[in-house]
Amino acid sequence: MEIELRNIHKAFGSNEVLKGVNLKLKSGEVHALMGENGAGKSTLMNILTGLHKQDKGSVFVDGQEMHFKNPVDAEKYGIAFIHQELNIWPNLSILENLFLMHSITNKFGMLDFQKMRQIAEEKCREIHIELPLDMEAGECSVGQQQMTEIVRNLLLDAKVVIMDEPTAALTDRETEKLFEVMKSLKKRGVAMVYISHRMEEVFNNCDVITVMRDGISVDTRPVNEYGLDEIVRDMVGRSITEFYPERRNLPGEIIMEVKNFNQPGVFHDVNFNLKKGEILGIAGLMGSGRTEIMRAIFGVDKCESGEVFFKGQKLKIEKPEDAIKAGFGFITENRKTEGLILDFSIMRNIALPSIDEFARKSIIDYKRVNEFSHGLADKLGVKAHTLDLEAGALSGGNQQKVVIAKWVGMNPDVIIMDEPTRGIDVGAKRDIYELMNELTASGVSIIMVSSELPEVLGMSDRILVIHEGKIAGELMSSEATQEKIMSLATGGL
Amino acid sequence: MDVKAIIKKSGSLIGLVVLFVVIACLNSSFIDPGNLKNLLRQVSINALISFGMTFVILTGGIDLSVGSILALSSALMGSFIVGGLDPILGIVLACLIGAALGAVNGLVITYGKVAPFIATLATMTIFRGMTLVYTNGNPISGLTENEAFLNFGQGYFLELPVPAVMMLIMFGILYFILHKTPLGRKTYAVGGNEKVSYIAGIKINRIKIFAYTITGMLCGMAGAILTSRLNSAQPTAGTGYELDAIAAVVLGGTSLSGGKGRIVGTLVGALIIGTLNNGLNILNVSSFYQQVVKGIVILLAVLMDRKKS
Repeated sequence: MEIELRNIHKAFGSNEVLKGVNLKLKSGEVHALMGENGAGKSTLMNILTGLHKQDKGSVFVDGQEMHFKNPVDAEKYGIAFIHQELNIWPNLSILENLFLMHSITNKFGMLDFQKMRQIAEEKCREIHIELPLDMEAGECSVGQQQMTEIVRNLLLDAKVVIMDEPTAALTDRETEKLFEVMKSLKKRGVAMVYISHRMEEVFNNCDVITVMRDGISVDTRPVNEYGLDEIVRDMVGRSITEFYPERRNLPGEIIMEVKNFNQPGVFHDVNFNLKKGEILGIAGLMGSGRTEIMRAIFGVDKCESGEVFFKGQKLKIEKPEDAIKAGFGFITENRKTEGLILDFSIMRNIALPSIDEFARKSIIDYKRVNEFSHGLADKLGVKAHTLDLEAGALSGGNQQKVVIAKWVGMNPDVIIMDEPTRGIDVGAKRDIYELMNELTASGVSIIMVSSELPEVLGMSDRILVIHEGKIAGELMSSEATQEKIMSLATGGL
Repeated sequence: MDVKAIIKKSGSLIGLVVLFVVIACLNSSFIDPGNLKNLLRQVSINALISFGMTFVILTGGIDLSVGSILALSSALMGSFIVGGLDPILGIVLACLIGAALGAVNGLVITYGKVAPFIATLATMTIFRGMTLVYTNGNPISGLTENEAFLNFGQGYFLELPVPAVMMLIMFGILYFILHKTPLGRKTYAVGGNEKVSYIAGIKINRIKIFAYTITGMLCGMAGAILTSRLNSAQPTAGTGYELDAIAAVVLGGTSLSGGKGRIVGTLVGALIIGTLNNGLNILNVSSFYQQVVKGIVILLAVLMDRKKS
């Protein structure tokens, strides 16, 4: 099967999202689709799967022009889209998730669970995976849920599988498993579209790369003919050497000390300090306890023992409120559930933690809230035509800027950032790095937890590597390399 | 399966047994066959309504209008029988009227996009008002001498009260639909994740309308039973029944946010409420205290449920 998208145009109102995109998919090929958020990747895929209708241009399947009415219609032709927010029913078993829409019944109209189980097990064997068929999907790991979606589409004889940032929420092992499954799908002749910001994954697992920018397809090349520099340049229109802004300010005196943090089974003997105006990078594998340590320091989670000294004084932090009062901010890794109230406007989100400041005799002075929010939104470069827009309507990068604005507005001395640029596009990443630089120049200290090694290396003054809940090593940025960090993080050295 | 898992799965059943034993020990006349039959008969009406409520709550909705549907179908049925309609056909008519009223709920909620709580709060008042207008506020009494009809609410079949038999038959059918057919599993799917269901191509509106329609039908049937038992249609019948039905569903372990729960649990829940009502009467607890006890039991059940998970 071959699919061709030819000269696709699409506008939402006056906003032109696609301005003539071409894309060709061949069976047995993994095709990486790269580009900043807002470049039009999702819109393009939504057109291919019938969710949106193009204004101009055509979709061809094996040379024949197609007009899919909706995703179910596209599914009939074997085109499946596995979204970042997985489409599963958390309350139903894996088996039921697989067969709900195409259930097998006996001649009395009764569901034939035995037969369905048999077919599911067979399919799983074919691609060498195991799924807990009787478990409630909501209790399964994200990786298992994702496999469930893949198997569901295979049961429908999918010929094209589109995956949007499939590894964003997977553990390292699950990621590996996914790539294995992708290989066996390839052997079966399935074409795959792989949307990702992670270069390494793209280079190791894809055959062809198409880069999109501002609604056009910039270039399509086999993976071995497309260099990293060229991809970044095509994505953002500037080269990678300028990607991480130079760190100019030097860290000052020690302002915070963390002593003897312990939580059995999670982390042990965590001791470190933080200097004024410093960016302290925290590296380590997922599940090493990085996030848990930060949550304990901020008082989100309990820990058995541990002390925090701040400007020479011992702090008593039992809940986030105490940490905020002491001058800490915490940008969690879960932007959508812990960082923002998605139904609230941008302005209400930004002003939320500072709202008491604007109340005179318990009545909120909205004029000042307005000025305050606009000031911060401008400073952080939040792109929205009005701050009354719901935060949920923003792109990931802009949402993250709102979260940061919210905390910057509190004038904290220390900001803990957990995965500050996860899932956001290259342009917005750059904005956030510059902002971190500005903050530290004005004396704010930043603790940055990150899974992306280039980011840790590019932005930190000093790096702590966590391995199995312990600090495995400390590196100055001048001496740190990816290899050194990885060997510490995996228990080597 | 280990003991913990069994307890977790059948918590409400254990609660029912404990309640049963305690009341029986306090007053042995509770377990007289006569009283037990009486209990089953009392339970039937709430159980029937609760079965429907289970469907609705599984889709993530709620139906406050059940008592009013019961009253309106009962009143219409009564007046038709007085007007000469065959009483057995009258029972069928009550079910159909109930189903139609339920369908109205479903249509308002799906196509009108009104939140279920608001929609059924409105129809609760509307249907009750229509009943009062239609009957002028007076009961319709002395409907018929037809024995078959009177047996529907008062008689026995194989030693079991006929309403209980009807209730068990409906239980069987609904259990089958919910657990053995695609329609049933899609009911769970809609309540579990509506957005996903929509993208997967499930006809969400149809599933919801079905849930409200079946609830209405069961209310009509419950209305027919009540009418037959009294040989009279009361315009105020069924007032407050929505709360007993919701309580039975919740006691049975069904989640009010939809997607999770079992109709077996609802049957147990209805039995718990019936046993409490009957038992507290037998123990001579004043009706004022009864309400306090019932509320506490519901609260305890939910609190225990929360602790487990």
